[in-house]
Amino acid sequence: MLEVTDLTVSYGAINAVRGVSLRLAEGELVTLLGANGAGKSSTLLAIAGALKSSGTVRVGGTDVSGWSPERMVRQGVAMVPETRDVFPDLTVAENLLLGAYARRRDRDGVAADRQRMFALFPRLQERQEQAAGTLSGGEQQMLVIARALMSRPRLLLLDEPSLGLAPTVVDQIFAMIAELKRQRLTILLVEQNASKALAVADRAYVLRLGKVAAEGRAADIAAASDLEHLYLGG
Amino acid sequence: MQTLLQFTIDVLSLGGAYALMALGLVIVYGILKLVNFAYGELIMVAGYGLFLMNGSGLPWLVMAAVAVLLAVVTGVLTEYAAFRPVRAKSVTAVLITSFAFSTILQNAALLFISPRPRNVPLPDLFSQTVAFGGILIPARNLITIVASIGLLLLFAFLMKRTVLGIAMRAAATQFRMARMLGVPANLIISTAFAISGFFAGVVSLLWIGRIGSVTPGVGLEPLLVAFIATVIGGMRSLQGAVLGGFLLAFINTALNYLLTQDLLQFRDAFTFTLVILILLWRPEGLIRGPATGQRT
Repeated sequence: MLEVTDLTVSYGAINAVRGVSLRLAEGELVTLLGANGAGKSSTLLAIAGALKSSGTVRVGGTDVSGWSPERMVRQGVAMVPETRDVFPDLTVAENLLLGAYARRRDRDGVAADRQRMFALFPRLQERQEQAAGTLSGGEQQMLVIARALMSRPRLLLLDEPSLGLAPTVVDQIFAMIAELKRQRLTILLVEQNASKALAVADRAYVLRLGKVAAEGRAADIAAASDLEHLYLGG
Repeated sequence: MQTLLQFTIDVLSLGGAYALMALGLVIVYGILKLVNFAYGELIMVAGYGLFLMNGSGLPWLVMAAVAVLLAVVTGVLTEYAAFRPVRAKSVTAVLITSFAFSTILQNAALLFISPRPRNVPLPDLFSQTVAFGGILIPARNLITIVASIGLLLLFAFLMKRTVLGIAMRAAATQFRMARMLGVPANLIISTAFAISGFFAGVVSLLWIGRIGSVTPGVGLEPLLVAFIATVIGGMRSLQGAVLGGFLLAFINTALNYLLTQDLLQFRDAFTFTLVILILLWRPEGLIRGPATGQRT
């Protein structure tokens, strides 16, 4: 489904991502772990087309390297950035509507998906006419995930969905990720919370200083006694 | 009572024109975080469009529509010629290209038409007056009020109810995120310039309808007014631009009524003093937009 080869991202003289290669099979949930600054978010943004990068990215066999973010959406890739980025002065309903921008002509389908999202996140239904900027952090996280799903993606890129949220909300978010996995959505999940991510993932990659330091089945990575070593090196 | 009615109508007609000017500027600023200094020239282009069609025998409304269309096309061209090639490179580059485009258009008007004022065709209605509530009101003021309120309502409706309008509001706060949802950047930016050109065209009709003629520098005052109105209203918000436009009109009109004849020539000094006071009180403008806002 996703095949990333030799991805490199530079910010001026600094190389944030240095030759990262990843593969995700259809319906697989893969987590990308690593310390702060390991290049996880840059990797996701580059795959989504929002950061200039070199290397190749293939989605469903199509070479999409260098595509614009809007074109990636039409290719079935949806991104939930760690900054969440709700549109603060738009209502919850308007935020969801924009999630379906690429398929806006399919009005019935969009309306049906909105009901599906409300079933998945009842809180959003209660607040659908409220400005998104007034939601709590957890509600905003639910909104950006729901908004991304509104495009009916084949591949979901999730960046730090649990960041800064209360433990009970984190549990809800992970339960929802597990549910999406059950529905056979392909997910690439970046997380600081390694134990939670490994519990839900099929496989994992560990990034260190912009390179893949380890990869393997989630259970194996979780069992590795040297996880901390992998994270921090030396 | 009559003075109050007169005053209200003066504020509403000037404010309506100011609000449209400000909206035309802020719609581009909201998306690109950049003031389009060639905005005044869009107003000029529509004015010369009217002038060139003088004597063509076309009905005035057709001439007006063509003039507005000319401003829309020039607005979109500004984006293609001056903004798009350097947009991703640096803010300074875009600032300079927008100045350059403004200068080129002004000089073209100086060179190919004339530095002197040129009369534009206007319907008789613009010079008629209407008696209302015991006072005489120039019909063009009533036209300005009706046209600007109508357009503001239409604009609000489109921004609120259409997917493209909602996408434009979204792009004004989180441009990159909007793109990651599939909203095409180029479409949004071109639409912003087209709307800006449309407002400039309508402003041109109303503004030149007041003064009756067009000069190469005719757009300077509307540009300045639009800029001040957006700054006091809040650069990040469309409502702020409208509010700023009406407030500035209120200040100007009030000073017109209050100042004695010898002080009136210093009206702008009084206006700007008040603007400074407003900004000292609310440096962000009256309506604070969303805190975030990044360029492409």
